[in-house]
Amino acid sequence: MFFLQADDYHQWRDHARRLLSAEVPPAEIHWNSDSSQQVLFADPRPLPECSASRKVNVPKAFLEWAEIVACYCSDRRWQLLYRTLWRLTHGERNLLEIVTDDDVHQLGQMKKMVTRDVHKMKAFVRFRKVEAAAPAQEAYVAWHRPDHRIVRLAAPFFSRRFKEMHWTILTPLESVTWNQKELVYGPGVPASEAPQDDALEDLWKTYYASIFNPARIKVSMMKREMPVRHWPTMPETELIPDLLREASQRVDRMVDSTEGFAKTAAHYLPDQKDLASLRSAAQSCRACDLCQHATQAVFGEGRRQASLVLIGEQPGDQEDLEGRPFVGPAGQLLDSALATAGINRDDVYVTNVVKHFKFTEQPLNRGKRRLHKKPNSREIYACRPWLEAELDLIRPQAIVCLGATPAQAIFGRDFRVSHSRGQLLRTDWCNHTIATWHPAALLRMPNAERRAEMLDALIADLASAAAVT
Amino acid sequence: MDVRAKLSILADAAKYDASCASSGSKGTRAGSRIGSTEGMGICHSYTPDGRCISLLKILLTNYCIYDCQYCVNRISSDTPRARFSVDEVVSLTLDFYKRNYIEGLFLSSGIVQNSDYTMEQLIAVARSLRSDHGYGGYIHLKTIPNASQELIEQAGRWADRLSVNIELPTEKDLHQLAPEKKKPQIVTAMAGIREKIDEQRADQKAGFRPPRFAPAGQSTQMIVGATATPDMEILQTASQLYDGQNLRRVYYSAYSPIPHADARLPGKSPPLVREHRLYQADWLIRFYGFEADEIVTDQNRNLSLDVDPKLAWALANRQHFPVDVNRAPRETLLRVPGIGARNVKRILALRKHRGLRSSDLRKLRIAWNRAKAFVIAVDHHPALADTDPRKLKKKVQRPKQLMLFEAADSARTGEV
Repeated sequence: MFFLQADDYHQWRDHARRLLSAEVPPAEIHWNSDSSQQVLFADPRPLPECSASRKVNVPKAFLEWAEIVACYCSDRRWQLLYRTLWRLTHGERNLLEIVTDDDVHQLGQMKKMVTRDVHKMKAFVRFRKVEAAAPAQEAYVAWHRPDHRIVRLAAPFFSRRFKEMHWTILTPLESVTWNQKELVYGPGVPASEAPQDDALEDLWKTYYASIFNPARIKVSMMKREMPVRHWPTMPETELIPDLLREASQRVDRMVDSTEGFAKTAAHYLPDQKDLASLRSAAQSCRACDLCQHATQAVFGEGRRQASLVLIGEQPGDQEDLEGRPFVGPAGQLLDSALATAGINRDDVYVTNVVKHFKFTEQPLNRGKRRLHKKPNSREIYACRPWLEAELDLIRPQAIVCLGATPAQAIFGRDFRVSHSRGQLLRTDWCNHTIATWHPAALLRMPNAERRAEMLDALIADLASAAAVT
Repeated sequence: MDVRAKLSILADAAKYDASCASSGSKGTRAGSRIGSTEGMGICHSYTPDGRCISLLKILLTNYCIYDCQYCVNRISSDTPRARFSVDEVVSLTLDFYKRNYIEGLFLSSGIVQNSDYTMEQLIAVARSLRSDHGYGGYIHLKTIPNASQELIEQAGRWADRLSVNIELPTEKDLHQLAPEKKKPQIVTAMAGIREKIDEQRADQKAGFRPPRFAPAGQSTQMIVGATATPDMEILQTASQLYDGQNLRRVYYSAYSPIPHADARLPGKSPPLVREHRLYQADWLIRFYGFEADEIVTDQNRNLSLDVDPKLAWALANRQHFPVDVNRAPRETLLRVPGIGARNVKRILALRKHRGLRSSDLRKLRIAWNRAKAFVIAVDHHPALADTDPRKLKKKVQRPKQLMLFEAADSARTGEV
């Protein structure tokens, strides 16, 4: 009987080489990896010398396996490795391919456990920054508890990844430091000697808590992939109990509280889709909250046969009172621009994206003044079916969008009037769609010269839309 | 607003993007001073929702001009808004990376101003990481539909992976929930990326050394369960994308209740099992030689929720079973319930040396309960009574409450 001790792969390999060359069968060897546990009363025989004449030929794959399995924390590994080696060299050359053989299966399991442990070390090591006098001296230190003796297997990965960092990984049995040139291995270190804090961990925990979706709970999955024994060295894990406790309430709150309008105007569209029915149905639209304060819905105006449609944003103060689009100051400006462009307003259909007036009230000497307020996207979305019904019915040859709100409703949110004004473009609604200034924008423009330019542009754009009808 | 407050808003806003892979880039970029990509992705942490944290997944900003109903960041939502500066994202990424919290950065954004402007901001982050800091870790950039091809080319130079979200499976769904997004625009964006990837590969083959372009390819995400679209159409769309755009992955994300949810959509818990079945079906199509129309048919337009699609197919096609594991060709073995692609490979290698017995199959950790009625081994012949289709389903199914956990595991590994 041989009583042998091996601490790592290289020692085992040297022993195994000699034993194999002396044809010592596996049953005659007792392997041990801790010198303090020598078998009592044993009479250790000296190891035979390696005979130079006999060359042992071993599949390369076996050596790769052996180097990994050597890190497995159990004395069984040496015996198992030697037995497999023996069988490989004694008539079972293809043994490794028979993965369901008992020895190969066990080896495979050990290899898998070690590989997984290496992978988990790459994943779960958490460096803490150790502040130093100069930034060049800053160092990162981690304490990690692997299941097996894998520091030498994992360290090269960290040296490739954190090439220009000075770092140290401490484990109970081994440690390793990278000085940006080489890996230096050392003895194990207790957890108490590792740095206890890093200010950045607060940010990391913030991220961890925020990225968690309380509507999908799968604790078993988390624990399988991130075993609880690793949690003490991972700062984020202390949040888990709280996150889980609050999760169901958070989901209930999300499900209970919603925003916006559940219905759009589509809910109020009449069965009969002619302009008169649409107009009267619009008066009873309650899709958004604007109807509560406006006097009435201001529907589009014009002939069904119109070949040109003008779309504004929403009715103003006077339009709201009269119930007709574009009758206020902006409307008068539009009328004169139309006239200059040689277009008869009676030949066009004029409407707005939003049919109710949205405003804020400003106190005036006596009474109040209603100031126009831009509709938000919820209101635009809720009102949209009216506009779509109008366009569907009229099927114009050209559309003019007056200002950004109608332009974005028709062309999409990416559209910028300042970039693409005056271009005849094809849309879902008709072949010639053009965006231009809203007359109200002209009225608000303080610079007279600029205002004149804008008016010219407005007239030119109206004319070029009319030209294609 | 300090970085911590921003991080909490912008990570919260990004969590509905399911994509987390950090794999696929073989070989670290030359000249990197910090960071590496070695092909295999690493999950650095797990949250209680069972999802991994591999990348720092954040939005540059959650301001957005779009109003997609299912999205927490739509313009009409009252969610708190924030915006990171380019430098803030860069230093956050480096700080996290140096502590080994993450594998890299996943950066997306709400659309501010316009598509090109937004895309430029995303590119600026990636460029700064790569060229100012010698960062060689993983970067996944979300490409904004409608951004110019020139910007997509730049993005691909710095990023490992690019992705454009298809968002919803059909054009009709898009029209309903995200009327401002158009499927042709999205597909054009994907085609733009694909073209560049192909071009780069062709140059490489011709012996040139072209600059890198998205070495980890492109992926996309579809939200499932927000509309009534059946699984058949979802899988058809996915197949089209895999074939037409050469995507590496299609992510299926169960529509989940969100804070500040839109009143137009019903609040409900996410259809997690359905999401999982879609992943299983996706795997069957990509790695197991199944066609989409074998898994879902005009009669059964949705995947069964109580049995996995491979088992469902086997139950419906009894005539092909039992299969002799010692003789059957690879394609046939791949179709046996309970046997994964990796085990098919092992079976083929093993049976050259010895006849497989049921004990061998169990050692391979084949799901024996499911497989036993469908295979013949040296010492195992399923009795005729065992294959009675009426009893079979009950026999091969596990008790109901276990299904979800099994499902989760399978969703992770992809093994069906």
